[in-house]
Amino acid sequence: MSAHVETHMDDHGHHHHKETFVTKYIFSQDHKMISKQYLITGLIMGIIGIIMSLLMRMQLAWPEEPNAIFSALLGKWAPDGVMDADIYLALVTIHGTIMVFFVLTAGLSGTFSNLLIPLQIGARDMASGFLNMLSYWMFFLSSVIMVISLFVEMGPAAADWTIYPPLSALPMAQPGSGAGMTLWLVSMAIFIASSLLGSLNYIVTVINLRTKGMSMTRLPLTIWAFLITAVIGVISFPVLLSAALLLIMDRSFGTSFFLSDIFIQGEVLHYQGGSPVLFEHLFWFLGHPEVYIVLLPALGITSEVIATNARKPIFGYRAMVASILAIAFLSTIVWGHHMFVSGMNPFLGSVFTFTTLLIAIPSAVKAFNYITTLWKGNLQFNPAMLFSIGLVSTFITGGLTGIILGDSALDINVHDTYFVVAHFHLVMGISALYGLFAGVYHWYPKMFRRMMNKNLGYIHFWVTAISAYGVFFPMHFIGMAGLPRRYYTNSAFPLFDEMSNVNVVITTFALIGGAFQLVFIWNFFYSMFYGKKTVQNPWKSNTLEWTAPIKHIHGNWEGKIPSVYRWAYDYSKPGHDEDFVPQNIPLKEGEEELQH
Amino acid sequence: MSAVLTILVLVSITVAIWQMVKIFDLASAKKENTEVADDKDNRINGYLMMGFLIFIYGFTIYNMVKWGHFPLLSNSASEHGSQIDNLLIISLVIIFIVQTVTQFLLHYFSFKYRGEKGKKAMFYADNDKLEFIWTIIPVIVLAGLIIYGLFTWSDIMNFEEDEDSLVVELYAQQFNWKARYAGEDNVLGKANIRLINIDNANILGLDEADPYAQDDVITTELHLPVGRQVIFKMRSQDVLHSAYMPHFRAQMNCVPGMVTQFSFTPGMTTAEMRQTPEMIDKVARINKIRADKSEELIKKGEEPLDRYEFDYLLLCNKICGKSHYNMQMKIVVESEEEYNAWMSEQKVFKNSLVQN
Repeated sequence: MSAHVETHMDDHGHHHHKETFVTKYIFSQDHKMISKQYLITGLIMGIIGIIMSLLMRMQLAWPEEPNAIFSALLGKWAPDGVMDADIYLALVTIHGTIMVFFVLTAGLSGTFSNLLIPLQIGARDMASGFLNMLSYWMFFLSSVIMVISLFVEMGPAAADWTIYPPLSALPMAQPGSGAGMTLWLVSMAIFIASSLLGSLNYIVTVINLRTKGMSMTRLPLTIWAFLITAVIGVISFPVLLSAALLLIMDRSFGTSFFLSDIFIQGEVLHYQGGSPVLFEHLFWFLGHPEVYIVLLPALGITSEVIATNARKPIFGYRAMVASILAIAFLSTIVWGHHMFVSGMNPFLGSVFTFTTLLIAIPSAVKAFNYITTLWKGNLQFNPAMLFSIGLVSTFITGGLTGIILGDSALDINVHDTYFVVAHFHLVMGISALYGLFAGVYHWYPKMFRRMMNKNLGYIHFWVTAISAYGVFFPMHFIGMAGLPRRYYTNSAFPLFDEMSNVNVVITTFALIGGAFQLVFIWNFFYSMFYGKKTVQNPWKSNTLEWTAPIKHIHGNWEGKIPSVYRWAYDYSKPGHDEDFVPQNIPLKEGEEELQH
Repeated sequence: MSAVLTILVLVSITVAIWQMVKIFDLASAKKENTEVADDKDNRINGYLMMGFLIFIYGFTIYNMVKWGHFPLLSNSASEHGSQIDNLLIISLVIIFIVQTVTQFLLHYFSFKYRGEKGKKAMFYADNDKLEFIWTIIPVIVLAGLIIYGLFTWSDIMNFEEDEDSLVVELYAQQFNWKARYAGEDNVLGKANIRLINIDNANILGLDEADPYAQDDVITTELHLPVGRQVIFKMRSQDVLHSAYMPHFRAQMNCVPGMVTQFSFTPGMTTAEMRQTPEMIDKVARINKIRADKSEELIKKGEEPLDRYEFDYLLLCNKICGKSHYNMQMKIVVESEEEYNAWMSEQKVFKNSLVQN
């Protein structure tokens, strides 16, 4: 950074612009405010997504029984309190879409990339505050459109979040493929644009605006994770955008990119020559990297939280960075494992099995490194720490079953069963959600200048952890029994009758787990106004955000930006009195910096 | 009833949370509370970590005891199925071991190294040897699994057609299945959805002029002779479907606009499968559940459920619309003679057309 820019920015820090309510709270270009906007929008979407999953669970546990909750929430979609089969599929679809994109992509990455990138690398703000604002408002717009789509006449999109054509392309195939699907596609197109603006901003900021001394090898692992996540997003999201645009063409302008030879409701359609398998390729070219777009930020947060609370350096910093890079690279060449039985050439299946199982290696390295970081630590069980350890636990349990699903021969019989539901909910859903919670508990003082109540945090974690296992662990068993996912009820098959009590167990855990998220919501909003006031560095952490003043100022630091002299993980380093040495403390005479 | 119960549970949980908040607020009013974990928090949560480990183990055992008989790990009805089952069992054993060990280490370390004031963590940032070990171990294990998996996969998928193979088309539409047999000539006639003519009952769009099509047989049940290789050609007329036959460890999507294929050799007839001890137990369990349900239904003045008898099934396993959950076809595996007898009762295509 040139001296000229620095002086200019310093002036900027001292002379505040006149801020109106609108520029401060609504059309803000300040990364800290934008991150809060992302978080709160994400939480609201999360509440909607979780309520939907509970409705599905109640339907599966007590099918065909009239339910007052259904009539209250679903209205005409639950005549006499019995859920309609079409709306069940719509719930599946919108739950998936909201959780994957709106909560775990925008809510997680959007919140913490925005908050932490400038603060942890020592920058005044994002490279482009304006694009950043635009990115949030496009996300907001896409959220609004997605919510509006729930209220259209024929119901929201119901072809699952993977929206495979022809089901998603033909309104006569299901009612949700009419206006509901149009709004879904419009919403997602805007979402992708928002995500790209955000990602480009993150990449440019990390590469160009690091403070003096903040070399790439001194970056906290959070920033590495956000950077690589943004890179994966920039590579893969445009492919989904193109798939969505082509699908819009097929739906509205009569092209045949994904459709061919269709006879439906007594008539032959004109489509000729397209292929749904092409759509599957395009979709999963984003869809699989998306898993890591969701997961890597959560792992980055975990690295930071575990190191801070273990009062120990993260074990194997270089290996952690290398495994992020390896996962990022491999994530773009494994998409075909979603398509082993799609009808593509079996040889491709072999190739994708090979690449997919390779990805287990960097994942295993990460898990082992987290465990070793705990070894001989001095673990401070703050709520964020609990969620981070919980993340490692679900990441292992969920990740391990990946070696079954990634193995094409085994996938034949468990593809699209509840085994898959168990696998991905644990490895990316719950894990990433834990990452989100860990991040909120850890950086809440930075965001809202107050502390969240720790006891409520403990209750929240332990009940969530038990219910998460209670919900998803039994699903492995019914999945291996051949129970397909996305079934509105299993009662059409007497063969599955013996699994009905499993569904009741799962739903009970889900309702308890869902209800206890209210503890978090309450804690979150209550603490915003009545929480204990925070000190500057409550967790005694090394990273730069805790050197910034508690009060939010435009430009983050009064006066000069701190310079960096060491990596972020000098915890319990011999030769220092305190068990942490922030990055902006110069090396003592004779002190050696670790080589990494 | 369940709705009332659910509401009651939700209400009582809300009340419980409210009460807990009250208690914590009162408790924290007395002492200085910084909301940062202190020794007491570390101790309690450390013990809870061990408790959670026991919960994971206990819940795993509970699941295995209670529902361990669900997974399809043996008794495969197709010849290639046992290969898949073996590979699955090996993978499950590896997963089970790794899961047990790593969860132990994670939670035990969390317990053992719970924080205490005045304690200092060990400054231990790197160890190339360790990193190498836990890179290379997964590499070796995965290499084994990949090689085993790929051999199995190519065995199943790269099947060879011989003279004796039975060619059957599986035809999917919202929301039912049809099977088309190739007839005497064992060659499926040409077909395209553009040739569908509902008026004369040409429902699968066969080319009425094609000589190979004349003796094709279209059915709503899938009958297969035991011990003979079946080659399935899958077609769909509207949206994606997936032909899933879990007992045969078989699945392939049906894609409009293209023909996909899968092949297996049924190894056990329906009658033989019904006589296996596993299946006798399973059917007894299901019928017990159905009998209990029937009692309730009778009390309400409704029709009781039928007794369940096992049949192989073809299920749709790709979301395809409203009745996706009920898109099924019965599969009957029988002896060659029974199969021939059944086949001779079916109408061939040219006789099934309605002449106007």
